[in-house]
Amino acid sequence: MTVTQSNDPIISFDHVVKSYPSATAPGGTFLAVNDVSLDIHEGDIFGIIGYSGAGKSTLVRMINALERPTTGSVTVMGTDLAELSGKQLRALRQKIGMIFQQFNLFSTKTVAENVAYPLQLDHWRKDYQIRRVHDLLEFVGLLDHADKYPSQLSGGQKQRVGIARALATNPKILLADEATSALDPQTTMEVLELLQRVNQKFGVTVVLITHQMSVVQQIANCVAVMSSGSVVETGDVYDVFAAPRDPVTKRFIATAMNGLPDEARVAQMREQWPGRLVTVVVRQHDITDSAGQTVISASGQNISQLIARYGVHSELLYGGIDTVRGIAIGAITYEFTGERAHIDEFLAELAKNSDVVDFGSKDDPVEYATAVSRARIATPLHGRGDENAPARDMRGGDNVRGEMALEQVDDVVDMVEDESTNGGEQR
Amino acid sequence: MMVTLASRSDWSVLRPLLFQSVAQTLQMVFITLIIGGVLGLVLGVVLYGTRPGNLFENRVVYRVLDFLVNVIRPIPFIIFLAAMQPVTVSVIGTSIGTAAAIFPMCVMCTFATSRLVEQNLVPVDHGMIEAARAMGASTFTIIRTVLIPEALAPLILAYAFLFVGVLDMSAMAGYIGGGGLGNFAIAYGYQKFDQAVTWTAVVIMIVLVQVVQGVANAIAKRLLRR
Repeated sequence: MTVTQSNDPIISFDHVVKSYPSATAPGGTFLAVNDVSLDIHEGDIFGIIGYSGAGKSTLVRMINALERPTTGSVTVMGTDLAELSGKQLRALRQKIGMIFQQFNLFSTKTVAENVAYPLQLDHWRKDYQIRRVHDLLEFVGLLDHADKYPSQLSGGQKQRVGIARALATNPKILLADEATSALDPQTTMEVLELLQRVNQKFGVTVVLITHQMSVVQQIANCVAVMSSGSVVETGDVYDVFAAPRDPVTKRFIATAMNGLPDEARVAQMREQWPGRLVTVVVRQHDITDSAGQTVISASGQNISQLIARYGVHSELLYGGIDTVRGIAIGAITYEFTGERAHIDEFLAELAKNSDVVDFGSKDDPVEYATAVSRARIATPLHGRGDENAPARDMRGGDNVRGEMALEQVDDVVDMVEDESTNGGEQR
Repeated sequence: MMVTLASRSDWSVLRPLLFQSVAQTLQMVFITLIIGGVLGLVLGVVLYGTRPGNLFENRVVYRVLDFLVNVIRPIPFIIFLAAMQPVTVSVIGTSIGTAAAIFPMCVMCTFATSRLVEQNLVPVDHGMIEAARAMGASTFTIIRTVLIPEALAPLILAYAFLFVGVLDMSAMAGYIGGGGLGNFAIAYGYQKFDQAVTWTAVVIMIVLVQVVQGVANAIAKRLLRR
């Protein structure tokens, strides 16, 4: 195998296409992966997000050649996979760990036997195997469960066995195929934290497939958004969160954080708060392109000073601020009341350094679509989304209006609390 | 007292014949189970593996084997025994005797086993196979270390089931001079109107089946405890 230069990607897709005979149109083809070119660098935690059927699973299975591209090439650790014989391919697979949504542990083997399996394939000496299994189970915190069978473990424990097994032969790459999708939020957090530790401690490149934006937000540094077989958006996670371009990306981001209120929410708020409804986008940093040019500037950084300086009366109604890669990002919706001209003046000053969505007041409303069209923030949409969505709808939809103010402020508080717990656990 | 139950047979003559019959039955059954069982395992794995979407998917091979199994398996064994006669002669050299009975039994057992093996491999979770592939295991290694171990408990029960089928086949060996308990029951019991002799053979067969089934259940239960 060629030695990988530090600048070369560890995984590279070059115009990769995977087509199947179409199930619906006889003689036609279905493109599971449609002309994907993507580089993943050593040490990355690279999230690939998309709805089911977007082709992300097929794409990631090409990295260890469980799937072969119809056209295009996949280069892993400097080797074009198409050039490998069956035997060479099996050797390469031992350097690529994989974990799965359903864990795929061997049900008739104990935890220790599961973890030892790849070592047996690699013909390790028995005493080395025992030591390695011990170390791995210690690393994932399952030393006490070595002699149990998978059916005796919880989901989170099973996935930790999966991770130990995937790491057994010291792989350079770990593929995680919806690894947390079958887990509850608490366990998801633990598994993600473990994956992060794997990445940091062993320098393993992690390729993470998911349909949960929160997963990407928590641990990935790069993200690719897939839709209908194509990568529609890719880049640094903060950049993508702060300035999503593709509608699919916006939908995903809307599931991960309370940003802009949706149209129904704005209408509801207007019923109780007749003043000027304004959403202020919060971005702690500028986003710069590779040449150092500012693509999207910071926003909402001086809102508190301006409110104080102009003395406008404000109510905090809705929104949330979260951090992506440690940088604050989000949106907060206010009701401003006071003399119209004064508020206009205040908003004009605010808009100088911030992205502002002005929904107008009850007496003089601005149509939702018009108001949003200028905003560069995720737009929540109805109907599609992941499991987070229904919970949010429930809160907004059927609540007694009187409770809503509290609820909505709670949203912000919730997030801040989440933030501190996250931080605490990672330390 | 019923006349038919009166012991008109001389047990001092029958006893050695009975022992010989038991030995013949056990010989036929175990040789068939070993040869047919192993060949059937191989054929069953091939049937499973060539299924669409499986390890070595091959539509043509699967269709042919599947058809062959479907054609041969339902043939009543007594007819199969007769139909196979020319083949038996060319392979064994004779169409009479225990060896001549074992050959068609092995053939039938192979096909019967293959279907049972295939059916018991199908439920094995594809995810485990994919995991093993992702770890770099070869197809043969996957069969040996994942597929068969994962299906072992139902496979053992399937072989116990086969034991009964093969015992059934062995009872017909008498028609071609193969001897065995079936022949003993017919020749010395049924045809001589001696129910006691017939029932002696029946009881021995029942005991054999119970012992085998009991052992298989115990092993399967132990394997399934996880």
